[in-house]
Amino acid sequence: MKKFNKIFTILVFVFLYVPMIVLIVASFNAGKDLAVFNGFTLRNYREFFSDSRLLTLLGNSLVIAVLSSLCATMLGTVAAVGIHNMRGRLRSAIMSVTNIPLTNPEIVTGVSLALLFAFVGTLLRIKSILGFWTLLIAHITFNMPYVILSVMPKLKQMDPNIREAALDLGCTPAQAFFKVVLHEIMPGIISGAIMAFTMSLDDFIISYFVSGGSYTTLPVEIYSYTKKQIDPKVYALFTIMFAAILILMVTMNLLQMRDAKSRRTAVKRRAES
Amino acid sequence: MKNKSRFLAAPYAVWMLIFTIVPLGIVAFYAFTDAGGSFTLENITSIGSYFPIFLRSIWYSIAAALICLLIGYPVAYYIAQCKPTTQRFLYMLIMLPMCMSFLLRTLAWVALLDDTGIINSLVTHFGLKPLPLTRNPFAVISGMVYNYLPYMIMPLYTVLMKLDRRLIEASQDLGCRPSQTFFRVILPLSVPGIVSGVTMVFVPAVSTFYISQKLGSTSTIMIGDIIESQYKTAYNPNLGAALSLVLMALIFICVGIMNRFTSSDEEEGMMTL
Amino acid sequence: MSKELIRLTDLTMKFDTETVLDGINLYINDSEFLTLLGPSGCGKTTTLRIIGGFLTPTSGDVFFDGKRINDVPAYKRQINTVFQRYALFPHLDVYDNIAFGLRIAKLPEAEVDRRVTEMLEVVSLKGFENRSVDALSGGQQQRVAIARALVNQPKVLLLDEPLGALDLRLRKDMQNELKRIQQATGITFIYVTHDQEEALTMSDTIVVMDKGRIQQIGRPEDIYNEPKNAFVADFIGESNILDGVMNDDYLVTFFGRQFQCVDKGFAKNEPVDVVIRPEDIDIVPASEGHLTGTVTSITFKGVHYDIIVDFKGFKWLIQNTDFEPVGAKIGIRLNPEDIHVMHKSEYSGMFGDYSSYSAEYDEIAEGGEDEE
Repeated sequence: MKKFNKIFTILVFVFLYVPMIVLIVASFNAGKDLAVFNGFTLRNYREFFSDSRLLTLLGNSLVIAVLSSLCATMLGTVAAVGIHNMRGRLRSAIMSVTNIPLTNPEIVTGVSLALLFAFVGTLLRIKSILGFWTLLIAHITFNMPYVILSVMPKLKQMDPNIREAALDLGCTPAQAFFKVVLHEIMPGIISGAIMAFTMSLDDFIISYFVSGGSYTTLPVEIYSYTKKQIDPKVYALFTIMFAAILILMVTMNLLQMRDAKSRRTAVKRRAES
Repeated sequence: MKNKSRFLAAPYAVWMLIFTIVPLGIVAFYAFTDAGGSFTLENITSIGSYFPIFLRSIWYSIAAALICLLIGYPVAYYIAQCKPTTQRFLYMLIMLPMCMSFLLRTLAWVALLDDTGIINSLVTHFGLKPLPLTRNPFAVISGMVYNYLPYMIMPLYTVLMKLDRRLIEASQDLGCRPSQTFFRVILPLSVPGIVSGVTMVFVPAVSTFYISQKLGSTSTIMIGDIIESQYKTAYNPNLGAALSLVLMALIFICVGIMNRFTSSDEEEGMMTL
Repeated sequence: MSKELIRLTDLTMKFDTETVLDGINLYINDSEFLTLLGPSGCGKTTTLRIIGGFLTPTSGDVFFDGKRINDVPAYKRQINTVFQRYALFPHLDVYDNIAFGLRIAKLPEAEVDRRVTEMLEVVSLKGFENRSVDALSGGQQQRVAIARALVNQPKVLLLDEPLGALDLRLRKDMQNELKRIQQATGITFIYVTHDQEEALTMSDTIVVMDKGRIQQIGRPEDIYNEPKNAFVADFIGESNILDGVMNDDYLVTFFGRQFQCVDKGFAKNEPVDVVIRPEDIDIVPASEGHLTGTVTSITFKGVHYDIIVDFKGFKWLIQNTDFEPVGAKIGIRLNPEDIHVMHKSEYSGMFGDYSSYSAEYDEIAEGGEDEE
């Protein structure tokens, strides 16, 4: 049984990764045919890096992802602290609202925001309201619940006496938050921020509905690319993103491993003392 | 002191009111009005003709979710039983595709299945006729499985990993054969993971419009495609809003039914990084 | 002793509809070791948290040095707390944990260093400065928590079941340690516990609480020897509690027999509760006893035997160093000072019968408990 599971798992990983590896190989392929490797080339990368439109959009995506994840992390963390101190019906109401963007299909979220922006646009008589600000607002909106959901458990786990201990030792409530509580919930904040960043960077469906001609992001452009015959420089883009995410994840893993290790030695030392 | 800090959630509450609740209200408003803004039931009644498409969307996504469950469970189970370091590595391999742009991952799948894709290129190299791998329901469902499988494995893994080993030992102690241990102990305890995994596959699958465009044909059009076209090409936002409203209601009903299987705490989010 | 430092007047606390504190009146002297003792849910932790400034009472006042401090937030009070599970800051090492309060008060770093070093010596943690608090044992964490509070030289130290998480041996050591530190520093300690033995060992004054009300205030000896009601008698030590009638000063009747006692000041023929401590009862041959009964069970407890004796259907607990076989007919003698008479209270009839005695009684009583 165990052996079967192992083989099965390997097959599933093959299933997940082979298509991606095909694209990575294709990005270095001199020929156009995916199935035939016609020699190594970096031409696709050169083309990608000389495509100023794609690079601009990549920049746009990064700007939106950084700004929206920062705003969402700050607003979301503050909100999580507030919700944590709420009780009863108000709390469950606000948690239900938090769940809406998570459960709602992205297309509905996108459509509803697009309609809101269009409505505001007619009110203010702005012809093309869709652009940077609408994108940013939309991304903050769908990112905040992720931050809240990753910060809330940390607040719950935290010994409430820790905060009181800080107050007891003379901290004002604000000092207690920044000197003590923040440290305690930091892992939740960081993972929330990372989640928000990747969600924002990846998001296509919502951005597709709320971005306009004046300002758009890379995934939206890729969508219009893939409608036509695929340009091999998209493969180069894919490979670059794959590498970036791989590096990011390996780094995070190593950091976590080091963390776990130091905690283990701490426990060991306690056992010895 | 504590009473004051809950007001920290106020900015968030206001934000979510404006950018989540109000937009949904506008969707409802559009659904019940015509282009001129006067009340009508026409949009809602005309949804009847889209009934087969709704049905198809649901059927495809249920199929995809079940296939994901069947594939994902053994994998999650296997990972949960590995050594901690191996677990971390395999978990990373599951996470990585989730962080990749889903457009590009679909693209990778298309590259594999396409008429001129890698499988058919190989097939024709051997002088055989190309296989009909794309533009059919099989292709659409396989695309969903390929895209959303990690969303199934992750919550399953989280639940199985936390499963108390002593419960398995207790069941063996009480005379369970391995299959009995699985069906009477492990499976019932992993229901929360199954529910959140099925939800996380079903919701994006039922509302997708990209996968069906890239891998399907006119006979596999899904509800997401219709909604998208109402906004982007047919310019009938009222009908689009009505369809969105129905889709949303449908999903909330489905998620509600599935959540009845678990008494899950709304705040124990299924997303853990 | 010395002057009054804290006064609580008519303190009432309600959470939603539940009344947790019901009219608490208490004053605490400077340099006193005062213990709030009671079962889980009796309001002792709530009282402590109100003094610490973490809760605002629904009504009533808290005075500190004569000034009303109801609205003074925790961080402005000259009071520090040792929390139940220590609440050490996990991101700081031992030294930084202890220095935390001094640095918040913006003391010069040289002064901080001097006082932290001194405090490390007081709690015997020299050489542990740079250890992570996670790497310490429970007892060491406890010392850090005490040092972190004491280093600020508070007027009052609040301790919320600080020894609850330690094993028995360590708990005894820390009890002595705490008492020593309290006497050396002269700081007022307000100590919360549900462990009567701990309270008796350490305190100058014990406040017994139940159901949000103070049941009795007094020195440990007074509380033990002269409990005010059945609750106190049962909660502090073991007690046989019987229905009796006070015939006159120094004369009480129970079990149909009149006894000499040392209590007075009751109304004539007032119904009363009579407390007899199990260790005060002398066993004599049946023919010589004031009362005779049958042994129904006997359990070896180390220093003595727990003997359950049936007197006309009412079961007593007697502690004796001699073995008595089950079924034996024995007699008992009671001296006047072994008998303690109390007024009837709402607790009458609820305690003091050992009919359902089980050998595990004290393990059950000591079982884990968490308030609020």
